[in-house]
Amino acid sequence: MIHFVLLISRQGKVRLTKWYSPYSQKERTKVIRELSGVILSRGPKLCNFVEWRGYKVVYKRYASLYFCMCIDQDDNELEVLEIIHHYVEILDRYFGSVCELDLIFNFHKAYYILDELLIAGELQESSKKTVARLIAAQDSLVESAKEQASSISNIIAQATK
Amino acid sequence: MASPSLMDTLFQRTLDDIIKGLRHQQAGESAFISKVVEEIRREIKSTDLHTKSIALQKLTYLNSIYFIDMSWAAFHAIECISSPNFSHKKVGYLAISMSFNESTSVILLITNQLRKDLKSNNEFEVSLALDCLSRIGTADLCRDLTPEVFTLLSSSKVFVRKKAIGVVLRVFGKYPDAVRVCFKRLVECLDGTDPQIVSAVVGVFCELASKDPRSYLPLAPEFYRILVDSRNNWVLIKVLKIFAKLAPLEPRLAKRVVEPICEHMRRTGAKSLMFECIRTVVTSFTDYESAVKLSVAKIRDFLVDDDPNLKYLGLHALSIIAPNHLWAVLENKEVVIKSLSDDDPNVKLESLRLVVAMVSESNVVEICRVLVNYSLKSDPEFCNEILGSILSKCCQNVYEIIVDFDWYVSLLGEMSRIPHCQKGEEIENQLIDIGMRVKDVRPELVRVGRDLLIDPALLGNSFLHRILSAAAWVCGEYVEFSRKPVELVEALLQPRTSLLPPSIRTVYIQSAFKILIFCLHSYLLQRENIADDMASEMLGLKSQGECSGSSALVAGKAPARQEQDEGFNPRDSNKSYEDLSIINEGDVSALLEKGFTHESIVNLLNLIELALGPLSGSPDVEVQERSKNVLGFVDLIKQEISNGFVSERASKIIDMVHDAFTEELGPVSVNAQEKVPIPDGLMLKESLADLDAICGNVQLPSSISFSMGSPFGESVGASVSIPQSKEESEPSSESTSLLAEHRKRHGLYYLPSEKNETLANDYPPANDPKSSDNTNDDAQDLVKLADKSLLPKRRSNHAKPRPVVVKLDEGDVVPFIAKKSDTRDDLLSDAVRDILLGVEKPDLGNPSSRRSKHRSHGKEKSRKSPEKKNSDEIGDGEKEKQKSRHRHGRHKTKQRAEGPLNVAAQTPVIPDFLL
Repeated sequence: MIHFVLLISRQGKVRLTKWYSPYSQKERTKVIRELSGVILSRGPKLCNFVEWRGYKVVYKRYASLYFCMCIDQDDNELEVLEIIHHYVEILDRYFGSVCELDLIFNFHKAYYILDELLIAGELQESSKKTVARLIAAQDSLVESAKEQASSISNIIAQATK
Repeated sequence: MASPSLMDTLFQRTLDDIIKGLRHQQAGESAFISKVVEEIRREIKSTDLHTKSIALQKLTYLNSIYFIDMSWAAFHAIECISSPNFSHKKVGYLAISMSFNESTSVILLITNQLRKDLKSNNEFEVSLALDCLSRIGTADLCRDLTPEVFTLLSSSKVFVRKKAIGVVLRVFGKYPDAVRVCFKRLVECLDGTDPQIVSAVVGVFCELASKDPRSYLPLAPEFYRILVDSRNNWVLIKVLKIFAKLAPLEPRLAKRVVEPICEHMRRTGAKSLMFECIRTVVTSFTDYESAVKLSVAKIRDFLVDDDPNLKYLGLHALSIIAPNHLWAVLENKEVVIKSLSDDDPNVKLESLRLVVAMVSESNVVEICRVLVNYSLKSDPEFCNEILGSILSKCCQNVYEIIVDFDWYVSLLGEMSRIPHCQKGEEIENQLIDIGMRVKDVRPELVRVGRDLLIDPALLGNSFLHRILSAAAWVCGEYVEFSRKPVELVEALLQPRTSLLPPSIRTVYIQSAFKILIFCLHSYLLQRENIADDMASEMLGLKSQGECSGSSALVAGKAPARQEQDEGFNPRDSNKSYEDLSIINEGDVSALLEKGFTHESIVNLLNLIELALGPLSGSPDVEVQERSKNVLGFVDLIKQEISNGFVSERASKIIDMVHDAFTEELGPVSVNAQEKVPIPDGLMLKESLADLDAICGNVQLPSSISFSMGSPFGESVGASVSIPQSKEESEPSSESTSLLAEHRKRHGLYYLPSEKNETLANDYPPANDPKSSDNTNDDAQDLVKLADKSLLPKRRSNHAKPRPVVVKLDEGDVVPFIAKKSDTRDDLLSDAVRDILLGVEKPDLGNPSSRRSKHRSHGKEKSRKSPEKKNSDEIGDGEKEKQKSRHRHGRHKTKQRAEGPLNVAAQTPVIPDFLL
């Protein structure tokens, strides 16, 4: 299974973290520090796998972002590379040629998309179209809920409480 | 802090504002963050859920990117998910799945809200709750929500159903009893036509089967169908993983499955699926020649591919198959060796493993030569990887593959000189270990040790200190093989030794002491010979006797000991006449070089006095004590041998000490200490406690001092006092003077620094019969064991026969630590078995009779049933399970009754509907 997903920028800034196995806050920081040290220092023409603490970390660089996923020893590295690519394609489709800034300003959306893709560390949806449809449906739900909440009458109701 | 006002709500900073603000901060990021957190703390208390959710969202952001603590906001997150507003809910769930863990106290409060959302009509709310449960589910949560998850497993909406399937994995893991409720429905999903559902459910089974494959054997037909029918690579990969686990358990299944796997291998263009097929074959189908051949061919394609990923994976696959089919590696030898110089450290490492796997008795010399040369050229990290793998490969099974130990010892010396070498500890252990195990190699060992000691440059490299300490010990212990003992003393006392840590200096001092004793002893012998007016041939003969173990003089004085010595010197007894003559010549020449005159002895004494003088004031206790001892001894001897005359007393003392040092040290079993009974009245713990009080202020040398026993664990430890009493009863107990006094004085320090060299000297060697008292039957057994396990000489057709390597029947192997099986997994698999047997019941031809038949078998009987003997692991696994079952009070009785029944019933089940 996938133990965690990390998005790290080339400068070593964390852009997204998702943990499917229990890691304490302290461990999380340590993991990120260790891995970004290992992965960012690797050259461009090397393989995309790193052996790390009895696990494997599969990473791939897209523009300035490194997408990393940590898996068990006997998981399929190539499959995980495909999952990463899959995720990137979905992000790309959603944001329209995605860039790092999109993920910075819409960090929660990146999470929601990831949640549609993976559950409990397993791939749950292999169709890009389906994910796109689901995300769009949820977005419209959120929008309508927001509109309702920020309507003038609501604010007045709040103020006069 | 005032409660948030309307103004706060209206002018609340949004997440975007925060992010922008953070991006504009150059230096004061942390100040900005703490300001924002301050705001959030105020806003989050707002009664307006909108304000609250935005505050929570900001906090979640800070937590995920800047690791700001958000555990304090747990309750607010729960408030958000109870909002009817979908966007608040979403923010709340995100916060919860990021921050909650088992120890979050308010987690108890979300059960009801989760249940409500799981039952919601809005599928997206259900999905949020499922996502959350899959992330944070605790045993309690999973137990309470099992019914809801069960309902969702048959939801009409595919979107919900597949998420529910994913959640099941977590639920089963935390609350195994859920299996009894949900498992049947999960299995039904395998038959589904919807590819998404099948994909999700296969993923769950893949995870479950990786923990306990045996329970899922009855589902093999379903998986087989998917393997043959499915064209979805994601699904196929998971199914292959399942079969990789199942096949070793059931040979008939493997036979059936291997062909479809090969078919996929031939057909597919997807590398990920191809690799999974290869891996499945090389891990679980190594008996099927054609499948292995096919996958090796495919591995070859990977190896020559330009994609570094494929190359790496190809090498990885080779290293999996290497133990069973070494030919696959040999076939790709060139690629493997070429990969040693790849840019990618991972590829290099993988190929190093393969190269080492290719090492065998016949090629070890060549390959090691290549690797050592290679390590000279590579970066420090990889250089040490290479050295480490050479070392660990060569010492495997007590140096199984080494025939020419002289070569190996000089290789160790060479490796120590490699600039990046950081394997000091390993080399140290092996030098000493070989010294103790292989008698024939000692002359070479001393030569290598001398070369290391004599080089002042090496003293500056702290990584080499451990090796130097081993070299010093070897040279002191086996000094009789040295050509120029005086040179060794000079090396041991050279000024640059001040660079050594105290713990190693003590070894140096002690070794110098041993060599001094040896020189004095030889000098005495020489004098006696001259006094007896012996012919020069005789002199040669005598010293030959001396060189090969114990001196003729000593032997004459203690005839009883001589017998034993001979019995224990395979080197003497096994030697052919040719060998003897060669050694004779060598020894004569050695003697000429050794020829001590009164002058040279006095010079030696002066040298030692000069070098150790300053050390007698050393702040380190060990160094100080030892140098003082040596100095005291030198002082004594100096007085006694003045004017070329050696007093009776001095020669007696020298003989005594020499006797003590010539005692042979043998390897000690790891379990040796357990076998030594603690004598009555010996309070080991008490004395240690005293020690603490006494040594409270003194900085004791750390345990790194000298680990002569380290390959054998701490076996030397607490049994110190036993040899003491024993040695006193030895024939030479006439004077207990020096050693005993030394021991008495230093007794205090023997216990803490238990790896100490002096201690090791005092400890009776395991394979020395005279050390075994009647009171110590266990130790005697050990001696016998060690005796028996002396390897017979193998391969006499070699140009140089392999020397005897002392092996212990036990203790050379690291004690096997049983892996504790996870009790949860255990419960889980028990539950799965129950269900599966229930599920499969209708499928069976005549299940009830089969079951009852097995039920009539006694527990003993069904365990012994022939099917069970198919593989050993099964038995072990069962035993382990059986054991852990006993640990569970609650389930005990039930499972005990079911255990054997299941096993027996399961095995014959499969062929019925698959084969």
